[in-house]
Amino acid sequence: MTDLGPVWLSLQLAAVTTLLLLLLGTPLAWWLARTSSRLKPAVEAVTALPLVLPPTVLGFYLLILLSPTAPLGSFWVSITGTSLTFSFTGLVVASLLYSLPFMVQPLESAFEAVGRGAVEAAASLGASPLDAFFSVAVPLASRGFLTACVLTFAHTIGEFGVVLMVGGNIPGQTRVVSIAIYEHVETLRYFDAHVLAGGLLAFSFLVLLVVYVVNRRYPLHVG
Amino acid sequence: MSVEPLELRVEIDLPAFSLRVNETLPLAGFTAVFGPSGSGKSTLLRAIAGFERPVRGRIALGSDVWLDRAAGIDRPPHRRPVGFMFQDDRLFPHRDVAGNLAYAARRNRGVGGIGFDAVVEALDLAPLLDRRVQALSGGERRRVALGRTLLRAPRLLLLDEPLTGLDRERKADVLAYLQSIPKRFGLPALYVSHDIDEVATVADDMLVLAEGRVQMHGTAAAVMERLDLQPLTGRFEAGVLVEGRVTDHDRRLHLTHVDLGGDVLTLPLIDRVPAGAAVRLRIRARDVAIATERPVGLSIRNVLAGRVEEVLEGDEPAFAEVWVQLTGARIRARLTRAAVEALRLEPGSSVFALVKSVSFQSAS
Repeated sequence: MTDLGPVWLSLQLAAVTTLLLLLLGTPLAWWLARTSSRLKPAVEAVTALPLVLPPTVLGFYLLILLSPTAPLGSFWVSITGTSLTFSFTGLVVASLLYSLPFMVQPLESAFEAVGRGAVEAAASLGASPLDAFFSVAVPLASRGFLTACVLTFAHTIGEFGVVLMVGGNIPGQTRVVSIAIYEHVETLRYFDAHVLAGGLLAFSFLVLLVVYVVNRRYPLHVG
Repeated sequence: MSVEPLELRVEIDLPAFSLRVNETLPLAGFTAVFGPSGSGKSTLLRAIAGFERPVRGRIALGSDVWLDRAAGIDRPPHRRPVGFMFQDDRLFPHRDVAGNLAYAARRNRGVGGIGFDAVVEALDLAPLLDRRVQALSGGERRRVALGRTLLRAPRLLLLDEPLTGLDRERKADVLAYLQSIPKRFGLPALYVSHDIDEVATVADDMLVLAEGRVQMHGTAAAVMERLDLQPLTGRFEAGVLVEGRVTDHDRRLHLTHVDLGGDVLTLPLIDRVPAGAAVRLRIRARDVAIATERPVGLSIRNVLAGRVEEVLEGDEPAFAEVWVQLTGARIRARLTRAAVEALRLEPGSSVFALVKSVSFQSAS
């Protein structure tokens, strides 16, 4: 029987990452969509870095940054007693960086499409900036939120290189589904590899299908 | 209607444009902010609402200070009690008509503004409440936008070219609703427009802007008389605004007679105005010709006896401007200087003013 532990671990990692990125990426995307600051291109470039860097490069720097001998890693050890490297928490930190552009970029363009007009209209009707954000910008960008969350989730599930560098292959801790497939192939256990790879393929297809069907059946009435 | 004045000391400097306004507007009914595009009208309105930043100076409605750079006061838009109607109506597409109205109503409850039902009734919105905003016509959208603006419980309405993009018929329709607002709700309005006809229809007072500077400010009638002195309205737009009273309608020939205080003008039938009602008319200077004797065998029906009051230089070297005092009203004519010389027109000459066309502006 194939061990399904890595599947649950991957789902857990993707869910936690998506949730945290939603909280962190939304304000960043909102700022990027509305700022006229000279820092904007630099921040956008940094946000897009994980798209172009080989995962090994990202993983390498994270490994150094998070290791218990580095300032950040040792600080974490001193307050929690656990290491960030080769742990689930470390994987979450790595995934936040790795999947950042998949959350921020769709949200940024969705917020840009909402435009200043609707937000100004809300302000002119007495809505504070925070109120206008939740009552006008978020509903009008709802499709962007759906796209961003699905892409982030799916992309985190498919993560491999960064996990291998930062997390290694510890069952129940860091052995996510992509790592498990890699190991099954290395050890010539093709049946187990088939089960996980096929499952992942079917899962990814279904998620994307649902997104496209939802977008098609419930088109957002903007215009 | 007793309303506090609006103090405007506004300085805005953008790379290619600067705005300087230093006026106190008495805010009686409609104050038109008029000028060509690029003159700063919309920028001024946005500055009052708090959308334009940074602004130096001081903006206060009576004792309620919205901006005072020196005192460090700069209230954000949602804390300024203005109702802003944008030229693109900016209805929220994710809410239906009732939802759009409720958005404003819910956030301004208890401010003692205008009630939901009163707004719905004044603008005839009841049949639209359940509709999606995408299903509304252009005119209906403006009405909903106006209703939403009123539910913000504003102390001042800011209307930024609210009729842009509507066809003639819908314009008249929406304008009729707009016109009823100040009286009905005791609410003053600043009305930005570059359309002299719209301004002539609604304005009680007028502020004329050009290239970011105030050119004129005063009552609409007074400003309109002097408007041609500035190259703002384009050629041939100079004219007068006169008040009159409908005496009767001639249904057979489709005509309406309007008494201008002693002289009667004949106009194409204005159905919607009853006999006895006061109306506002605009007569363009180029539509008035002058004769020294009462002409016979003429197709022009409006021939009014009067006396030349003044002969002024026209906007071009070939033209002169002749002011004629009728029994009650004064009108102006744009003639060639050659005609003035040939007819020997000078102050005191008895003349007949031939009015080729009159445009009806509004019932007042």
